[in-house]
Amino acid sequence: MRKQRPESTDEAPDKTGSPAPDRGLSPPEGWLDRHGDALYRYACFRLRDTAAAEDLVQETLLAAFQARGGFAGRASERTWLVGILKNKIVDHLRKRRREDIVDTPIEPDEDVEALFSPGRKDHWTHAPSVWNNPTASLEQKQFWKIFSDCVDLLPARQAQAFVLCELDGLGGAESCQVLGVTTTNLWVLLHRARLRLRECLEQRWFQGNSGDDGADL
Amino acid sequence: MVLTCKEVSSLVSESLDRRLSWRERLGVNLHLLICKACRRFADQMRFLHAAARQFSRNYPIDMTSTRLSESARRRIRHALEHHD
Repeated sequence: MRKQRPESTDEAPDKTGSPAPDRGLSPPEGWLDRHGDALYRYACFRLRDTAAAEDLVQETLLAAFQARGGFAGRASERTWLVGILKNKIVDHLRKRRREDIVDTPIEPDEDVEALFSPGRKDHWTHAPSVWNNPTASLEQKQFWKIFSDCVDLLPARQAQAFVLCELDGLGGAESCQVLGVTTTNLWVLLHRARLRLRECLEQRWFQGNSGDDGADL
Repeated sequence: MVLTCKEVSSLVSESLDRRLSWRERLGVNLHLLICKACRRFADQMRFLHAAARQFSRNYPIDMTSTRLSESARRRIRHALEHHD
């Protein structure tokens, strides 16, 4: 489900035919200094390609300049710009998509396989620990740093699947196209990413803060 | 239809992405009734799912100190100033 593109002008031009005045946007000449690094960070995170990230920052600021008359002031300036950038990122990823969806079997992920014990009917090798009040963690800056580190540690394909589906909310079909995998393989990638993230967060965050040492059941 | 923890973890994950069949749901629910480890896992998956959404809203803009290089900055500024 695509949200309406933020560049679309949703305000009528005034009677002179020129675009409606900027609704609380800072002077465009200052956008690069104010927002350039932030946009660049986001693009680098999503694309893992600094050259492409630089290009998309440029395209975003350009598109924003051209669309500034349509800014309705409902979101902050930064949020608005990031929204434009996100659309550019998805377009960029779509252009890179594979032509053929190939049902190549994904290689096993040994770290994930080790989470379950074949000798014990595929029970958990180590049962998940109790996570004390996880919702409270969402308020803590340090938690997000660790979350981000854990995403960075994911193998590339799993990271891509996770970012596209969980972070961007791209539909399954669209993610499959961008990644060049079948739906089944997409689910496998997501499952592995989630298992790894869970392990990582438990080790790096929750086990320090939990009252339970996760003894096997 | 006795499911293993490994199978249940996979189905729990997929339940975030698709509707499970009634058979699958039954198998998962029966397993969760008796398996505390997988119950915890299911809770943690729901938490991760919600956290990911919030993450995408806030990060990574405030979290790292990566900056545009000076040459990139100059190049972009030049392109913006000379665009019609």
